[in-house]
Amino acid sequence: MTSIGTGYDLSASTYSPDGRIFQVEYANKAVDNSGTAIGLRVKDGVVLAVEKLVHSKLLVPGANRRIQTVDRHIGLASSGLLADGRHLANRARDEAANFRDNYREPAPLKALADRLGLYVQAYTLYSSVRPFGCSAILGSIDKDGPSIYVIEPSGVFYGYHGAAVGKGRQLAKTELEKLKLSELTTREAVFEAARIIHLVHDDAKEKEFELEMSWIGDETNGRHVPVPQDLFEEADRKAKEALENFE
Amino acid sequence: MFRNTYDSDNTVFSPQGRLHQVEYALEAVKQGSAAVGLRSNTHAILLALKRSSGELASYQQKMFRIDDHVGIAIAGLTSDARVLSNFMRQQAMGSKMVFNRPIPVNRLVSAIADKAQVNTQEYGRRPYGVGFLVIGLDHTGPHLYEFSPSGTSFEYFAVSIGARSQSAKTYLEKHFESFADCSLEDLIRHGLHALRETLQQDKELTTNNTSIGILGLSGVHESAGTSVNFRILEGPPIEPYLQSMQPKEVPPPSSASVPPPTSGDEDVQMSE
Amino acid sequence: MDHFPTNWGRPKYDGFDTNATYPFHDHGHNQSAAFAGATQHTQQPIVTGTSVLAIKYKDGIMMAADNLASYGSLARFKGVQRLHPIGDYTVVGASGDMSDFQYLQHVLDGLVISEEINAQDGHTLGPAEIHEYLSQVMYSRRSKMNPLWNSLLVGGVKDGQRFLAYVDLLGVTYFASTLATGYGAYIAQPLLRKAVEGRENTLTEPEARGILEEALRVLFYRDARSINQYQIATITANGVDISGSLKLETAWGFAEGIRGYGSQTQ
Repeated sequence: MTSIGTGYDLSASTYSPDGRIFQVEYANKAVDNSGTAIGLRVKDGVVLAVEKLVHSKLLVPGANRRIQTVDRHIGLASSGLLADGRHLANRARDEAANFRDNYREPAPLKALADRLGLYVQAYTLYSSVRPFGCSAILGSIDKDGPSIYVIEPSGVFYGYHGAAVGKGRQLAKTELEKLKLSELTTREAVFEAARIIHLVHDDAKEKEFELEMSWIGDETNGRHVPVPQDLFEEADRKAKEALENFE
Repeated sequence: MFRNTYDSDNTVFSPQGRLHQVEYALEAVKQGSAAVGLRSNTHAILLALKRSSGELASYQQKMFRIDDHVGIAIAGLTSDARVLSNFMRQQAMGSKMVFNRPIPVNRLVSAIADKAQVNTQEYGRRPYGVGFLVIGLDHTGPHLYEFSPSGTSFEYFAVSIGARSQSAKTYLEKHFESFADCSLEDLIRHGLHALRETLQQDKELTTNNTSIGILGLSGVHESAGTSVNFRILEGPPIEPYLQSMQPKEVPPPSSASVPPPTSGDEDVQMSE
Repeated sequence: MDHFPTNWGRPKYDGFDTNATYPFHDHGHNQSAAFAGATQHTQQPIVTGTSVLAIKYKDGIMMAADNLASYGSLARFKGVQRLHPIGDYTVVGASGDMSDFQYLQHVLDGLVISEEINAQDGHTLGPAEIHEYLSQVMYSRRSKMNPLWNSLLVGGVKDGQRFLAYVDLLGVTYFASTLATGYGAYIAQPLLRKAVEGRENTLTEPEARGILEEALRVLFYRDARSINQYQIATITANGVDISGSLKLETAWGFAEGIRGYGSQTQ
């Protein structure tokens, strides 16, 4: 990479001569090297799924979650540095609680993404901090219906029908584009999400992984909760079958 | 003398998106003597290897009680551990004060992880140079967590940290599936076997250099009592457990699976 | 206990507004001019709810409160719910200042989000934890000389354990198998004790309901800040159930014979 050794890439508060902030680009590298996270916004709900890379078989399965709940109706799936993802989720909780304190109603996702975007952006301004080494997919059903936003280390956020971040994002995006997302039900989307995570996982290169999924829909009463065990297992099984047939 | 341009500061990402200062902090944990943790369906235990700096010196403390239902074993900078364990005690007291309930163990571990994360993102501070094994008992049963300076925490069936901990992990990975239904005595024996793997060639576990932390009902070698609270066994009380150990299997000649011992046996001293 | 919320936390002064018919007191009686310029916090409730009653019974806890929020002696809001569910195991019932209670509801709802919803780790808040938390909030506010002007009952069932406790604007806590706040502490509590004590483990739900309804009826006859619409909350191992607004059956025929009330002129 041409940036290395120029001295313009050592601080978030430094531009390179061609107007880039390399520290933010390096932060994106931390995201690009870690387990994939995807989000599907469908007809009547939202599904979040992550490929949780398991670094030891001594770990307790099901513990150590990477999808977090930020408010009753909001979920956050992060990819990148795990600890940064928790920092961001805690901030999101503060913002959501703050919104409730001020307006006495649940925060619309757009408002929350806006506030979080500002927070993340502030970490790209100063040499005294480093940018966030994580991207977050936020999903929710609010008064405007289901929605998904992705916040990147630069602080930008965009809304999506289907979003993917992390190592397998390219393949995941290709798969998401094949789906008619606005026609799927949330239940159907759970199966698609499981299939995509299994598909993008590279068995040859990677360690073991654990699928983790959560959803928000009519079936959950608008709450963000983990996908129930029986549905999860069915989706997990079908995803594995689909993969075998595919190969 | 830096290894590269991107490792002098924890606010700098390397071009690969890595944080070298954090990775070096993880090395500080590996400098500390080993600690092993494991759990069954009824008990969670810690075992640690204590060092002393000479024959006239006492052995350094490796375990701390946080609350009746939480205990920790440490590897790395002891002074950092004291700061973090103080913080944990405050959190535990806070939960008792506000809700009159013992703090859920996972939240206690997450609290120090979140505290440690800040030190990986802001200038002017260094990441903590200590790793914890945390055992706890709450209404969801016994638990074992690892906390590391990178600001992460994970729940394990069994795990080890510190110098040559990979050897202990190899033992644990081989046996952990049998731990769930173990008696306390069997669990401790497994723990001692794992801890033994971290020893240098000519050393062995003694009543002086071994600490055992226990959560769960007392075992046959303990004085009778129904308390499940955290306690640390040291000195003569651990003799029966050491006696229960089986002689080490003679490793086959091609034992390339054990990595060479890492350099630096002594703990890093902050004052030096 | 003084059954007029207006007088709580204040030295008793019978010479003024004996019937507490006016919500805004003249404070001249209790204060010297030296404090006139000082920061003043809540010194009286404004819109108030009257008694809350609760008892233990075989299956759990039953709690009752009427639907009135008074403005002084005026029956100002007649459709107010004073029983609030917190989490899956607990109900908080409030008498005293209704805006302070609404604030507490918001605080407790936020607590449930941060402690239960966000953590999703199986560690939920039961009635004992809610009550301890509330008592800390109430005591710290009173220690700042800025109390939340309520008497609260906290009832619930978790892990097979029934829980019923009281906490008030001073941070005082109290545990018993029958509890009543406000005017009910005088009028209903003796009735509840007589009906419940010693029978906590045998009273059926209909029996418990009957006891509370009878106590509410007596209160409606005697408490001028009460109304004949009420709700009953039951908290059992199956969770929380709060009824819709119910109506008390009362008979006023006897009033005809009361001098100064009926149609007699003499």
